[in-house]
Parts: sequence; structure tokens; C-alpha cells
Amino acid sequence: MTSHPLAARFEADIAAATDLAALDAVRVAALGKSGEVTQLLKSLGAMDAETRSAEAPKIHALREAIANGLAEKKDELESAELERRLATERVDLSLPVSETPMGSIHPVSQVMDELAEIFADLGFAVAEGPEIEDDWHNFTALNIPETHPARAMHDTFYVDGEHERPMVLRTHTSPVQIRAMQGSTPPLRIIAPGRVYRSDSDATHTPMFHQIEGLVIDRNITMGHLKWTLETFLKAFFERDDVVLRMRPSYFPFTEPSAEVDVGWSMEKGRRVVGGSEGWMEVLGSGMVHPRVIANCGLDPDEWQGFAFGTGVDRLAMLKYGMDDLRAFFDGDLRWMKHYGFRFLDVPTLSGGVGA
Amino acid sequence: MKFSLSWLKDHLDTPADALAIADALTRIGIEVEDVHNPAEALKPFRVAKVLTAERHPQADKLQVLSVDVGHGTPLQVVCGAPNARAGLVGVFGGAGTYVPGSDFTLKKAAIRGVESNGMMCSSRELQLGDDHEGIIELSADAPVGTSFADYAGLDDPVFDVAITPNRQDCMGVRGIARDLAAAGVGTLKALDVPTIEGSFDNPVEIRIEDAEGCPAFFGRVVRGLTNRTSPDWMQRRLKAAGQRPISALVDITNYVMLDLGRPSHSYDLKELTGAVSARRAIEGETVIALNEKEYKLDPSMTVIADERQVHDIGGIMGGEHSGVSDTTTETLLEVAYFTPERIARTGQKLQLTSDARSRFERGVDPAFLDDGLAVLTGLILDICGGEASRVSRAGQPPVEARRVTFDPARTLSLGGIDVPEREQISILQSLGFQFEGRDAVVPSWRRDVDGPADLVEEVTRIVGYDSIPSTPLPRREGVARPTATRSQMIERRARRAAAARGLDEAVTWSFISEGEAGLFGGAAHMLANPISEEMKYMRPSLIPGLVAAARRNVDRGAASVRLCEVGRRYLTDAERPTVGIVLVGEKQPRSWQSGKARLFDAFDAKADVLALLEAAGAPVANLQLVTGAGETWHPGRSGTLGLGPKTILAAFGELHPRVAKALDAPTGTIVAEIYLDAIPVPRSVERARPAFKPPALQAVTRDFAFMVPVGLAADALTRAVRSADKQLITEARIFDRYESEAGLSLALEVTLQPGDKSFTEAEIVEVSKKIVAAAEKLGAALRG
Repeated sequence: MTSHPLAARFEADIAAATDLAALDAVRVAALGKSGEVTQLLKSLGAMDAETRSAEAPKIHALREAIANGLAEKKDELESAELERRLATERVDLSLPVSETPMGSIHPVSQVMDELAEIFADLGFAVAEGPEIEDDWHNFTALNIPETHPARAMHDTFYVDGEHERPMVLRTHTSPVQIRAMQGSTPPLRIIAPGRVYRSDSDATHTPMFHQIEGLVIDRNITMGHLKWTLETFLKAFFERDDVVLRMRPSYFPFTEPSAEVDVGWSMEKGRRVVGGSEGWMEVLGSGMVHPRVIANCGLDPDEWQGFAFGTGVDRLAMLKYGMDDLRAFFDGDLRWMKHYGFRFLDVPTLSGGVGA
Repeated sequence: MKFSLSWLKDHLDTPADALAIADALTRIGIEVEDVHNPAEALKPFRVAKVLTAERHPQADKLQVLSVDVGHGTPLQVVCGAPNARAGLVGVFGGAGTYVPGSDFTLKKAAIRGVESNGMMCSSRELQLGDDHEGIIELSADAPVGTSFADYAGLDDPVFDVAITPNRQDCMGVRGIARDLAAAGVGTLKALDVPTIEGSFDNPVEIRIEDAEGCPAFFGRVVRGLTNRTSPDWMQRRLKAAGQRPISALVDITNYVMLDLGRPSHSYDLKELTGAVSARRAIEGETVIALNEKEYKLDPSMTVIADERQVHDIGGIMGGEHSGVSDTTTETLLEVAYFTPERIARTGQKLQLTSDARSRFERGVDPAFLDDGLAVLTGLILDICGGEASRVSRAGQPPVEARRVTFDPARTLSLGGIDVPEREQISILQSLGFQFEGRDAVVPSWRRDVDGPADLVEEVTRIVGYDSIPSTPLPRREGVARPTATRSQMIERRARRAAAARGLDEAVTWSFISEGEAGLFGGAAHMLANPISEEMKYMRPSLIPGLVAAARRNVDRGAASVRLCEVGRRYLTDAERPTVGIVLVGEKQPRSWQSGKARLFDAFDAKADVLALLEAAGAPVANLQLVTGAGETWHPGRSGTLGLGPKTILAAFGELHPRVAKALDAPTGTIVAEIYLDAIPVPRSVERARPAFKPPALQAVTRDFAFMVPVGLAADALTRAVRSADKQLITEARIFDRYESEAGLSLALEVTLQPGDKSFTEAEIVEVSKKIVAAAEKLGAALRG
């Protein structure tokens, strides 16, 4: 079948179109309501059957060829148009984005969360008590009578004014032991982290710092359990299996027997780290709760016994995370907080680890 | 406490060296802080003899010595000491030796052209004294070539130990020796107590008028003595113990205290008048003590006084007036027993510490008065000469022995170590315990032992804590249970939500100054003995501490400060958990996108407060805002969020300009406080949520713009609109606010939720009318 005589003209017109408007003009001229091809199609109706069967295929082929040509050309023009537009649409993505401020968690809070997590696994709940404490809970109940030399060693802050019992800022977290024993029936396993106060201020002491106290009261608790608990806790906290403990006999009025606990250290990259045993440093005070303390809390020391321990939270943080100045903990220096602080998502968990 | 190895060996027969002894001490509970051998640094120095001394050819003040160092040919040494001469035996250090007192290392050198092979040393060069006038001169028979440190008895390691407050008995070298012997480090030697009857009656009457404070006072006089300097051996030991030798009488009392834990006092007899008695001080009485300070006494204190005046703050410090001096020829010796509690109270009251006090308040051995006095007298007679009187004894020390029931099974059931009964008994016996049936009789010097747990400690510490087996705590079945309380979870969530929003968590002091506290309603608690005026009052608010921290950061150049703290406020009734927030400076730095920097305003604090409350589980949707958070705050740019007037959950906004100025708050400081304990406990703890039933039809929104009275709170309008039809209106949100001369315009977007059928136009018109009516009640008018 030979092509329709109009085909070549319209092909040329389509090829000559340089934009979509020109192309549409070609479409109207050919396929529009009164376009030449439309007219041809309309003329088919007036033809006799024989002529029509001869002409119809030609005219339909012409219409189709032109429609195809138009579509192809339209694609081509649109692509060219898009390319042109894209060539102008450019942003400098190397420009800085606006920053979301990153907050931080204070190392003391982070370490307290870590400790709560570790001790939760051992069945210890977190207990709390007042920081403004009466001297009975802070001293007397803990077997530290008024004339005891240990009282003078505590550098106590006294609260001014008339009180039923003299009030002090608690010098340790041990009064929480007393409150825990008074407030519930054994068996008991608690830790008590919090602020404590001593009227002491120099390069390595601040008048306020943080301690954590541990207490287990049950029927058959021995120093063996104390040793295991401290070993287990320190290994978990420092995330090392080579943590070595040394227990030394010592004295605390509220424990008998009493033990000071040293942890082995070694030098790594010029820094003293916990683990190994190149030397020892003191980290904990501990012992079996004094029978008199148990009795002071209204429990029968012949039935109940257990252990207690205490250590500095700030110090644990320093040993684990490498700060060397305690005073900076309480200065609120943003630079320090950004350097030593933790991200909000660093939530210590047993499955994800208790270090960050 | 410090003592030397040779001193210890006076009481302990042991082959152990210093290191082994130090290890053992720490193991049994006497913590060794330091072991130091002064001879270490002097090892290379030898006894040497100057054979010849010739004038240096080039220098008048120098000599050229030929020195016999004990081996090989004599060495040539150039020396500038004026006392260098042929025949002198001294101390030589050869080339390569470090000289501790001068901090340099000797080298073979030519001095003014003459070779010198070392140095003859002065006392100062060896850190043995201050003498640098000449070189050390030893006695002519000193063995040439031997170690100088050995010859001079300097090879004697010094231990520095920490004695815990319960172990008064170890505040004397003998007590330490006893503990070591019990630990198997050696054998305790018998104590040599001289028998001194005395040749005349004590001329001084000794009386006790305060038997409660001083139950026993023994004394005697030594006359015809010479208070010279104490002998070398005693001085060496006192120096090792860190004491300065003074005179024989003073040194002897100090020595007996350090050696046997027995404090005593020696009075110059010629300064005493009449009878000497232990009595209560009289109100207002004063005494100048040996530290040259005057102390004001009161009747709670026990003193030793004669008929004229107080001579001794009993058991704590002697008086200057009757202290012994070089001219003392007659002395009254006092060996007394003071009641520990009395000593402690008096010492605390006078703020006076002394070696005697630290021993008496811990309780000295009440059975060691006579022996102590005999040892003391013996030393005085040996060193100072003279003759002693017979002993006067007033009162009786409390020597009644304490008994403690001994149950060998407790060592296992409390200490965790299985020690055979026979071994336990032997340990206790070596510590001085005796056994009567099931009772252990506590030795008189162990005031600290009064119960079975003490016996367990004695046995376990001597066996060694290393032997305690590590025993796992019994574990409850299943996985670990949650332990945190609700309030602990609230704090944790608020803290981490704050950090997520860009706040840095600070920890600031619990105490602030009076001025700071006053700005926040005043403190409920004041410290009686603060570190400083700045740290005197327990904070009633977290804001002053945080503002001060913000100020420090701004002064360091910080452009944007977002601080928070989770801590307590200390109020009259309770310590209340609180979050404090301080925002200063730029919320957003200037940028190519948003242009100029944006500074914080009260809305930023509101956003933080709402986010933290939400995280902490507060019913945020029900919170009501009240403008003006109180006197501390800017009246129009602050507010509280609460659930009714009695339950305020937070306050936020700008500080009152006067408060901001008084706190030296940086310009534009925005603050907030969240009262965590005011958050109500949620009613439901159900884990499962209600079934999910999304509405079948899409919600439609309509906008309404109102002209409103200028004072109308946007929140009031929103609430009014929302409650116009609680069924259909699910949300109403202000999206535009415009203030002009014509008044204030607020525009809301209202969300309407159809039920199972779409809204008809009539229904929407109906609800719109309700909305407009509700707004009109507040004085609003729909804008045309």
C-alpha cells in the first residue's frame, strides 16, 4: 500500500515544529474538527462501498501515522523542555542545614541509671530518703553516738534552728538504710543513690557530692555474698571481666565486720583504668550490718542479718569515663557537659549494655 | 601513725622484712599508707677516711684530699669544707652518686685544674640536718669502706599507717606488734616493766573531785633530775614518728604514748601549789594550753588543777604555766584515766585536737596505769637521773572485764569462712582474749569488742578476707523485675525528654545565698556552719543556681544556653523533686535560610514544659494556663500550667526584671520550673489499649476569624469554640493572630468529624452558628 499523498506534507510539518504550540497547530490542521485528515475521514461516508474499501485503509493509515508522529514529536519536545528546565533547577546542597540542638545527660545521672539497671538484675530496688536528715538517722541509729570520733570525721553541715532532733545535711546515704529497714519487712535488697554533703572543699573534695548505698537484709547473708555482689557489680559497671577486688579489714561504726574494698588498676594509654592489678585503689566501704543498727530499726538481729556498702557515684563516673576534676561536675559548663555528657538515647539496658 | 621497723622489733621478734610486714598490716586492717626507708637514697655513701689534706695549688679555700674509701688505691678529692683535714673520718660519695640534699649527680671532674673523684658530704647534702658548715665527722673508729647508712643506723624503714577509730590499742607500736604476732608475723616479746618502789612519799596530794570524768589519777614525783636533751635513739624514733624532740621529759612522755599508747603528763613541780585534783572546770575559768592558745572552760569539762589554777585540760592538753622546761628539776607525773565521752565532748567544744585526746576519747587501756607509770619513771630515772617518790593513787580505773559469748559457728554464718574452732580460739588468745567456758573475756585494751560480731571480725581479719569465698546471692526465679518507682520513672523520662529537646543537664549546688533565696520566697533551711555565705541556704528554687551557671557560660562566650536540672527544692514541709530550665540567647543562630538569629522567648519555655510534662505522663490536654506566675515573675510574660488553682504543675516565662537584675541574669533569660511531684497518678494502668476504630468519613475543616477584645486569651477562645459542639468539633486551633488599630483578630481552624453520614450544608451552617455564638459570649465578633 502506497502512502497517502498528504503524509509527506504533514511529516514535514511535524518535523518542522519547534515547540508544543507549533506542534498543536499541526495537530489541528490535520486531526482537528475541520482538519484535512478529519475531512478525508468524513468523506468516507459519501463514497460507494467499493471506493470506500479501497480508500478507507489509506486514510486510516494516514491518520494513524500522523497521530504517531505527533505523539513522538510531543515526547521529544517535552523531554527537551524538561532538560532545559532541569538545567536551570540547581541548588547548592553543600550549604549547611539548620541544626537541631543536641542536649546531654549529666554523667552523674547516667551512672545512677547504669547502677539502677545493674542492681535491678540482682533484685535491688532503688530507695530514697531526705537530704536534710535528723541526726538520729544520720548518726545515732547507725551506731555513731554523739561522742564518737567518727562524727567529727564527717565534717557535718548542721541545719540552723530549733528542731525536735538536731538536723544535718546527710553526710552519707546510709540513713536510707535505716529508713528502708524501718519502713518494710525483710528480706530487703535496696540501693540508695543521692546527694550527700560534707563541709569540705578543696581540689579533690566538694561540699556536695553523690553516693550510692547498697543494703541486703535476709536470714543467711554472709560476707561471701557481699564479696560476690561487689565483684559482680564492679565487673558489670566497668564492663570488664578482669576487675580484681581486694577486701581489707577496716572500721565503720555501722558494720561489723567491716571491709574496705580496693579495686585493681592498670595503666592504659597513660591513664589509670580499672582492671588488672598493677596497683590498688580504694573504691568502696562495706561490711555486715552491725547488730545494733538492725536492732535500732526495730528488727531482731538474731533473726536478720545482711550487708551494706557505699561508694561515690561521682568517683565511679570519673573512673569509668575519665574525668579528672570533681569540681567541674557542679559548674554547669556547657563545654564540659558536651564533652562528658551522654545523649538522650544512651539509656543503659541489660541487652544494649550499661556503658556509653 | 608512723614508726620505724627497729622500733617495732623492740616488741616483735620477727625475721620478716618491711615489705612482708607492710603486706601483713594491710591484710589485718592496719592500712599502710607508706613505707619509706631513709637509707635508700644514702646507699652509695660510704664511711671514708681522709689520709692527707694539701692546699689546692690554684685556690686558697680548697684542699686536695687523698681519701681512703676502703678498697683500692686512695682517691683524690677536691674539698672546700673548712673542717676537712688529715685523719678525719667522714662520708664519701663517688662519681655517679646522686646527692639527695643538693639534687645533683657527682661526676669525675677537674676543679681548678685538679681532678676530683667524688665528694666528702655535709649533713645537709645527705638530708640529715641543716648543717652545711662543714663535712660530717664520724668517730675515728668508724669502719672505713662500710655503708654509712648501716653504720649510722639509718637503714630503718618507716611505716606510716592509718589506725581506724576503733583501735586505740594500735595507737601504740606495741599494739601493732601484738596484732602482727596474732597474724603469724612473729612473736610478741614480753614487756619490760621496771619495779620502782620509790624512796619517799609523794609530797603532792592527789585528789579526784570528778570521778565521773576522771575515775583514776595516779601520780608520783621525781626530784633531782636534769631535763637535758633526750638520747639519740629516742630522738631518732620520735623524728621517724613525725615528732619534734623538745626535752627529755617531754620526749619521754611522748615516747611512752607512741610506744605503748599511754598518754601522760609531767608538771613542773615548782609551779604547783598545794593539792592537785581532777575536778570540773568552773564557768568562765581559762587556761593557756601548751599550744599557747587560751581556752575558756565550763563545768562540762574535767581539768587538773591545783589550789590556784587549772594546769591541764584533762586528757587533752597541758597548761603552759606548769609545763616542764630546761630548768625543771622536780616533776609531778600524771597517769590518769579519763572517761572517753567526756574527752570527746570537751575536745569538740574547744575544737582542740591532740595526740592525747585522740587516744583518751577512743579509750586507753584502763589496766595499764601502774605499769605505764613504772615505764615512764624508769625512762626518766635512766635519762634524767633523780629519785622517784612512792606512787599516789586516787580512784579506780574501770577495769572490770567484759565477756562476750563465743559461738565458733558465727564465723561461717556471718563471716562466710569456715575456720576450725581450735584455730579460732588460738587467734583470739593471741590477741589477748581468754576463755571461760563459752565466754571470751575481752582484753582490757580492746574497748571496741562487745559482741559476737566483733569476735567474727577478729577471726576473719586475722585469717584474711582473701579467704572469704565469693558466694552468689540467691536469685529470684525468672527475669529481673522492674524496680524503679513511679517518681523515679518520672524523673528519668523528664530528664531524657529534656536532653532530646536540646537541654543540657547540669547539677548545681543545693545551697544558695541569702539574697538568691530571698528572691524566691526565702529558704526554709539555713546551714549553721556553711562553707561560705554563697552556700548557706537550702534552695527553694532551682532557678538561681541555673541562672548563675547560665551567666558563667555567657561570660565564657556561649551564644545559646539551654540548661536544665532535675533536683530537689527544700521546702518547710518536704524536699520536692523539680525540673529547672534556663534558656538564654539564641534559639536559632542566624542562617542563610532564616536570616537573623531568633532569640528565646516565653513560648520556648512553654514548649519545653509541655513536652517534659507530656513525657512525664501529665494530662497535658487538661492543663489550664494562668498568666502571671507570681512575684518572682514578669506579670505579663509568665504563666503557670495547672489542673485547678491548687495543682500547679509548672511555671514558666520571663523573670521579673527586678529579680533578673538581682540575679545578674543575662539579658533575655527565660526560665521554667516543673513540679514533678504535682503530676497526678494516672488512673489506668491497663496495658491493652481500646480497640482501634478510625472514623469512616474524612473530617472537614472550616476557618473562622474573629475580632476579639484585646485582653482575651487565645486559649479561652479556643476552649469556647471547642465546647460549642463537643460531639462534632474534634479540634480547634489558632492559626493566625493579627493586632491592628482596628483591634485584635484571631483566626481558628476548626475540625469537624462526621459520623456515619457526610455533613449536609445545613448541618455545617448549624454548627458554624454555634461556634460564632460561643465566641460572641466572649465578646468576639465574626469578621465579615
